[in-house]
Amino acid sequence: MSWQIAALQQLINGLAVGSVYALIALGYTMVYGIIKLINFAHGDIYMLGAYFGFYAITMLKLPLLPAMLVSMVAAAIVGVLLERIAYRPLRSSPRISVLITAIGASLLFQSTAQLVFGASFRPFPQAMPFRRIQLGPVFITNRQLLIFGVAVLLMVILHVLVTYTKFGKAMRAVARDKEAALLMGINVDRIISATFALGSALAATAGILVGMYYNRIDPYMGMMPGLKAFVAAVLGGIGIVPGAVVGGLLMGVAENLVVTLGSSTLRDAVAFAVLIVVLLFRPNGLLGKKGMEKV
Amino acid sequence: MPTTAELMVNDLSVQFGGLKAVNEVSFSLEPQTLAGLIGPNGAGKTTIFNALTGLCPVTGGEISFNDNKLTNQPPHTIARCGIARTFQNIRLFNNLSVLDNLRIAYHKNRRYSLLCGLFRSPRFHREEAEITARAKEALDLVGLADKAEHLAGSLPYGEQRRVEIARALMLNPQLLLLDEPAAGMNPHETQTLLELIRQLRDNLKLTILLIEHDMKLVMNLCERIFVLDYGHLIATGDPRSIQSDRRVVEAYLGGSRP
Amino acid sequence: MANKLSGLLKVALLVLVYAAVQFLEGRGILLPYHVQILSLCCINIILVVSLNLINGFTGQFSIGHAGFFAIGAYLSAYLTVKLQLPFIPAIICGGILAGLTGLAVGLPALRLRGDYLAIATLGFGEIIRVIILNTDAVGGARGFSGIPKYTTFGLAYLTAIITVVVIRNFVASDYGRACLAVREDEIAAESLGVNSTYFKVLAFALGAFFAGAAGALFSHYLQYMAPTPSQIGFVKSIDILIMLVLGGLGSITGSVVAAIVLTVIPEFLRGFAEYRMILYPILLMAVMIYRPSGLMAGRELTLKGLTELFKGAKTRAYHS
Ligand SMILES: Nc1ncnc2c1ncn2[C@@H]1O[C@H](COP(=O)(O)OP(=O)(O)OP(=O)(O)O)[C@@H](O)[C@H]1O
Ligand SMILES: [Mg+2]
Repeated sequence: MSWQIAALQQLINGLAVGSVYALIALGYTMVYGIIKLINFAHGDIYMLGAYFGFYAITMLKLPLLPAMLVSMVAAAIVGVLLERIAYRPLRSSPRISVLITAIGASLLFQSTAQLVFGASFRPFPQAMPFRRIQLGPVFITNRQLLIFGVAVLLMVILHVLVTYTKFGKAMRAVARDKEAALLMGINVDRIISATFALGSALAATAGILVGMYYNRIDPYMGMMPGLKAFVAAVLGGIGIVPGAVVGGLLMGVAENLVVTLGSSTLRDAVAFAVLIVVLLFRPNGLLGKKGMEKV
Repeated sequence: MPTTAELMVNDLSVQFGGLKAVNEVSFSLEPQTLAGLIGPNGAGKTTIFNALTGLCPVTGGEISFNDNKLTNQPPHTIARCGIARTFQNIRLFNNLSVLDNLRIAYHKNRRYSLLCGLFRSPRFHREEAEITARAKEALDLVGLADKAEHLAGSLPYGEQRRVEIARALMLNPQLLLLDEPAAGMNPHETQTLLELIRQLRDNLKLTILLIEHDMKLVMNLCERIFVLDYGHLIATGDPRSIQSDRRVVEAYLGGSRP
Repeated sequence: MANKLSGLLKVALLVLVYAAVQFLEGRGILLPYHVQILSLCCINIILVVSLNLINGFTGQFSIGHAGFFAIGAYLSAYLTVKLQLPFIPAIICGGILAGLTGLAVGLPALRLRGDYLAIATLGFGEIIRVIILNTDAVGGARGFSGIPKYTTFGLAYLTAIITVVVIRNFVASDYGRACLAVREDEIAAESLGVNSTYFKVLAFALGAFFAGAAGALFSHYLQYMAPTPSQIGFVKSIDILIMLVLGGLGSITGSVVAAIVLTVIPEFLRGFAEYRMILYPILLMAVMIYRPSGLMAGRELTLKGLTELFKGAKTRAYHS
């Protein structure tokens, strides 16, 4: 296989992983857009989503798609509770306190998951027989197709929701100016809860897709993808919904191309190198606009 | 042609996106002048201060101070050239004591080295004592000697404004920029402030430029007044001539607009 | 005069603690295992106090402190193992390289604030870890073993004291005041002639230097370094952060107390490690919600305050 073909193959793999990053990044971006918080625990909600899916399939004996729905709902509830209990009391506190709380929440999810689900990894039930499809010189697996399908579907739904519905308009209003939105009669608390629910549901799906893709889940699986999805959100321009998708795909592809070029342990460094470069040279992200502090 | 002016502002412009907040403004200040900068809300007064002190980018024109070019220098460099300021929305270090607020401002005059500080050499002790003494002096000057140990953020508004002035004085400036120093003060406090500002000019030989909406204060205090409207300098002169200037009256009464 | 006296008293107390540990160890009352924990306390004090300089006093938000720690740990181990350098110079070299890295990490701090800076420092820390993971000279992914046990309690204790004194002096000098000013209001600080860039980078470099020294002590204490997140990665960084936050941002004595308590308690709760990892985050979140500036909240515990406390003085006397 020549390197071009290898690169093409990695491009496909990268897009698959990137779609997952994009799904997680959407949650980061929406939450950041609305309350300017880096929800550090978001990656762990993705992890919980994977476990919810796992139990829905193994214990409730549900087929894949209903299991996904169950997991989305459960994760949404966790997300809403997280905001209620941990973040809402701190809404007017310095952002650093909120960030520390978010780190605490993340640790709490991880250690609770370890206690409840066990520390070691588990194979994810294969709710779908594995198949490889030849596409000219490269392969694409049916799991990758599933990832693309689900990711695109969810993104389209989200887009419609944010752009055309009343909820979407309210959400954008809150993101722009909380006080004004309040004066317009928008229930800001409810919109924030809904945003957490939405973001958590997307992350849960991502968790299940990854569980199937790599065939394993563990209580710490949320850390790295969570951080990388955050990087993706920053790369695209945090707070900007299409930015999360662009950023996620780019990150996935970049990582996989680095793997083609050399060591796979360097993969994790790529994300952070990208992050630092973006933050230094284009702090508002690829799709972001410039802002300045008023004195 | 050699000038006696200390501060020279030439065709200064500041643009925020599509908004020209300051439009080709030129003026100069002679040493030890007491001058006022007035104009309706949003005229660009604070923006001129920000441009002078390096807090917002200058998009056109030049600023020089004692023949040093200050245009688009970082704020700390400008402060080191001898320009100190206060802020319209007070910017004290709220969680620090009043004394520490003032001592911080002595920064540019501190001479001991980092190592002296880390290992507390005799030189460090000597200079620190000097800094504290200076800070107490400055507090005395603004009449707040008894508030040295209070947290700056806990003081009433009028006192905070005076702490900010004392803090600016710790820089040993030549030019002092005061952004609405009397805002939020009662008539009595305003009167004390007026005397303080005069005293600063006369005793410390400062050049002072102040922004103020209290016309009585400005007309009483300033020898020279600059009037700004929509970013344009529309009049310059002594209080008498400004009060009778037709364009100024129109700007304030909301008359014709350019 | 009173100042000198209390200074002497402090020195006497510190010597007394050291003598007591030596005595109790000699008598077999303190087991080597206990003395080990005490050494670890000292190392953690260095880490937390140095992070306090960056996060607490200068108001930056670093969660990459383990990166500097790692550099000190690995470089010093390389120097003593491969080049047979004596330990003290190795500690200093570790500190210096970490400090230089701190300069580099401080640079993004010039453009980034708050949570963005936090993520960038976390990224830096992870990059350092991945680089170590890929460096065969220090064992790569297998870890670095066979490091001589050079770290004694006395040395860790002395280094911790030096760190605390130096950072305390820094904070109380004009340099430290400039850092405080940057923390409180960068724009006001700049308008007073404080070069905020310089002081952010200085705080990072100084904090990193001491973290590097702590790393050197740690690798020659454990005798083995593994490039895992919990030893030199972001899990470690967050451990340090937890101690810092619980002790209180901007309180050196708070950092010292928190470092000791949070090092010792887990040793007693070994059997409950899982529950500890649930308790810690809850504690962290509760502190943020109910007492966001930490237990000591920018104040210092002083001898004077303590004696008055013992005398039953009504007012809690802290000294800022
Ligand atoms: N950083 C900034 N970004 C964008 N616009 C700004 C900024 N700073 C000031 N402006 C705008 O520039 C104009 C002039 O503002 P400025 O604060 O200089 O007015 P001012 O004369 O000080 O008014 P006031 O008397 O109310 O203090 C205003 O329209 C203001 O909204
Ligand atoms: Mg103004």
